[in-house]
Amino acid sequence: MNFIKTIVAAGLLAAATLPARAADISGAGATFPYPIYAKWADAYKKETGNGLNYQSIGSGGGIKQITARTVTFGASDMPLKPEELEKAGLIQFPTVMGGIVPVVNLDGIQSGELTIDGPTLAKIYLGEIKAWDDPAIKKLNPSTKLPSQAIVVAHRSDGSGTTFIFTNYLAKVSADWKSKVGSNTAVEWPTGIGAKGNEGVANNVVQTKGAIGYVESAYAKQNKLTTTKMINKDGKTVAPAPGAFQAAAAGADWAHAPGFYMILTDEKGAEAWPIAGATFILLPKQPQDAAAATEALKFFAWAYAKGDQMAQDLDYIPMPDSVVKVVQKVWSSEVKDSSGKPLFAASN
Amino acid sequence: MSAHAVMTRERRDEEAPVVEVAWEGQVVGARQDVEERAKALDRLRLSDNIFKLMTRSAAIFVLALLGGVMLALFLGSLPALNEFGLDFFLSQSWNPVTEKFGALAPIYGTLVTSLIAMMIAVPFGLLIAMFLTELCPMWLRRPIGIAIELLAGIPSIIYGIWGLFVLAPFLQQHVQPGVIATFANVPGLSALFAGPPYGIGIFTAGLILAIMVLPFVTSISRDVFEAVPPVLKEAAYGLGCSTWEVMRYVVLPYTRVGVIGGVMLGLGRALGETMAVTFVIGNAHKISSSLLAPGTTISATIANEFTEAVGDLYTSSLIALGLILFFITFVVLAIARYLLLRIERRIG
Repeated sequence: MNFIKTIVAAGLLAAATLPARAADISGAGATFPYPIYAKWADAYKKETGNGLNYQSIGSGGGIKQITARTVTFGASDMPLKPEELEKAGLIQFPTVMGGIVPVVNLDGIQSGELTIDGPTLAKIYLGEIKAWDDPAIKKLNPSTKLPSQAIVVAHRSDGSGTTFIFTNYLAKVSADWKSKVGSNTAVEWPTGIGAKGNEGVANNVVQTKGAIGYVESAYAKQNKLTTTKMINKDGKTVAPAPGAFQAAAAGADWAHAPGFYMILTDEKGAEAWPIAGATFILLPKQPQDAAAATEALKFFAWAYAKGDQMAQDLDYIPMPDSVVKVVQKVWSSEVKDSSGKPLFAASN
Repeated sequence: MSAHAVMTRERRDEEAPVVEVAWEGQVVGARQDVEERAKALDRLRLSDNIFKLMTRSAAIFVLALLGGVMLALFLGSLPALNEFGLDFFLSQSWNPVTEKFGALAPIYGTLVTSLIAMMIAVPFGLLIAMFLTELCPMWLRRPIGIAIELLAGIPSIIYGIWGLFVLAPFLQQHVQPGVIATFANVPGLSALFAGPPYGIGIFTAGLILAIMVLPFVTSISRDVFEAVPPVLKEAAYGLGCSTWEVMRYVVLPYTRVGVIGGVMLGLGRALGETMAVTFVIGNAHKISSSLLAPGTTISATIANEFTEAVGDLYTSSLIALGLILFFITFVVLAIARYLLLRIERRIG
């Protein structure tokens, strides 16, 4: 009995000595931006002393948690449609972007030696183009020696924002894909093998001769995978590089996208990489815990102002300043406490 | 014991107080002793009752837990079952975009991979156990025994990674092309072993599962083989039986129940195994005649898609899959019990 008393006493003592927290920010959701949120949180804590606890449980989980208001903010790779936001009483804003690149494994072909366009990519993923020496691929690569190998299609088996962006692009460039498969975080794949996570797809491609897959650009870069060039909406051939991803974002009209519902696929612009997308934060319009929500907004304002270099270090693409301005306007006009007072004052 | 029986026993205890028992054969004057003894006995009976209550509530708690799990699964899967009805069990479409879900492909994959695993692991496990108990030189027994135990201690994620990085490429390069070529012209088998060699697929998953359940089958079989009375074996050897005959006609019949128990334990693990299978099965919601083609299992599907499942119907379909797995496991165990009963009867 004494033993238990000791423990209780010790516990009370420990609780008493802990500093009182004003507001603890908690977030949950997408796995893709987890590394950068963690890095930002770390730097932010060093600078301000305020902590952030982010659980990377997947976009679906993030949406569920913020809808139930169990976290301060949710994070999703797939933007919610304006009507969905309205129904859940949320706002959403983009934080960082990433590009998605096709990766291949073909003997004698290095990064950038193979060019592919949207309709051909869709046909490969529909299972209609079965071999690498198919006329459609040859036509795009007249000078490249293509083997007569069977194409092994690799895709994600877990639901993911990467898949959402990739299928969104295929649905934009191929009517067949749109009607037969469609676009979502998980789809009914007509062909191929599914692998868990970017690492699973990458690994399948690396191990299988004649394979093609799609991964986050950061992942392809860090693992030195063989990437392809693509032909964009303007008909120009582009290589997957940070400049090309930013060009895709710059061409987009963020100011007129209600709820920032914006998927950066098949964007205009001579430099634009055709498959890119942002990752989003979801925040209640009228947070129950106004103090925590204010802290969260402060954190993201800090990240927009000082986090660009950190994002680039981890191969994410920071948002252009023009977009950040629009986002902060929305913060000050949309997010209010119970008395209707805005939680965030935009500083111009 | 039924509650009624417990009640009557307690009542009988009360009708014959301990004090009276203590009185018998006592001389008058030793009353103090008697009272003390009565007190002591009372204390003992109280502690005994508390002990009974604790064990009983622990047992009831398990039942309640099981019921709770079943109920939660059932309620969670109601939306999907209402929406799709019987089609849920008969359709192999799994389309998150149109929200049409059918469980046939995962059910098929679960059963087939477990079947392959058992077909490999049971003969192997029995042979190893026989070797260890009858033929193995003493100095080799411990090392092999320990190796088998260690095999059981390896976490399943390790099996998955090993399967993906080592086993699958090996099968793809050195085994599957030969198998496909060998059976290409054999009617019937050509369909079973058709396809491009992916390296990952239903067969690879079955193989990994076989390695995972091998320790269960082996160590349980070994333990029950060792429990066979030596006199039986010696009598058989004395009659001039070979080692095989002793095993076949003495040891196996004597240990049948234990061996089937071990096999069922292994099967239970194979049916529910998640991580290792997710890595190597290819995660395609398709039923194909070829064992080398990618497929999926119930647990792999749930593990892959639950985090990103947005929408009630999608989530509910995944929970319904869980319910089906629960039932499959239940039915397997019930069949095992029934088999054992039949065998017991036939012997008796």
